[in-house]
Amino acid sequence: MTTTDHDLPAQSSAATTSSATGTRATRIIGIAAIVALGWLVAFGLGFSPADRDQEEAVRILYVHVPTIWLAYLAFVVTAVASAMYLFTSKKSLGWDRMAGASAEIGVVFVAVTLAVGAMWGRLTWGVFWQWDARLTTTALLFVTYVGYLAVRRLGGSHHQRARRSSVLGLIAVIEIPLVHWSVRLWRSLHQEATVLDTDGDIDMDGLMLFSLFVGVVAFTLLYVWLMLHRTRTMAMEDIVEDRGLDAALAARRAEGEL
Amino acid sequence: MEDAGFILGSYLLTFAAVAAFSWRTLRAGRKLADQVPADDRYWR
Repeated sequence: MTTTDHDLPAQSSAATTSSATGTRATRIIGIAAIVALGWLVAFGLGFSPADRDQEEAVRILYVHVPTIWLAYLAFVVTAVASAMYLFTSKKSLGWDRMAGASAEIGVVFVAVTLAVGAMWGRLTWGVFWQWDARLTTTALLFVTYVGYLAVRRLGGSHHQRARRSSVLGLIAVIEIPLVHWSVRLWRSLHQEATVLDTDGDIDMDGLMLFSLFVGVVAFTLLYVWLMLHRTRTMAMEDIVEDRGLDAALAARRAEGEL
Repeated sequence: MEDAGFILGSYLLTFAAVAAFSWRTLRAGRKLADQVPADDRYWR
């Protein structure tokens, strides 16, 4: 495969900068993310009250919950981008890179969720880990997407990589409802959803809910910022790989002519 | 006091993980930019 497909879904190109993958848009989003993370620390560790039952341990949930929600979002984006690659006639590698970048960020967020959740578990349950339905399915989700990232590195042309990882991206996303509803499907130590429950009644103090909202905004901005930088880096990786292959083929042809 | 250690640790761990991933991404971008002409960077 010696052709280079640089067709990408519409992304910011209005502003330019001398940095490698940054633009004016990424700088604005990056600054907004840092400010929002600062607010998260202020509300999560300072302004929000302690919980009646969990006491101070509730503060961990302001990072634990947003990171898993963003991981869900990241994996849904991976699935949608995978479907766009597979089922559109253009077969743009931009969709594949979007799927790959989103999966990488999702894996980081799930890893954070598991690690931070273990700390919350130690304070609330007295143990770091239990083979509970929610914890086990979340660990399975993590391992599945680490596998997805490994499959992306198997080699072959860019389109071969895109085809096989798109199929996997569409299958793996089925795990998300399994993780979310695991607390209802099986007897679980983990508490049920407080905000995203089916009855629509949110039993939370206003300041606690606001702190959670700040966390969601902060990690969403961070996700968008990371996505822009990572997809651009992946585009450059593909270009460099194509050029290396072109050079190797030219050298081989030159040898044949001698 | 044990609570404070775990609570602060959870925030520190989160920010450290995000910072490490961001740094890795930006560094890879900078390295690759030396090998890719500006015309091939669609975001410019």
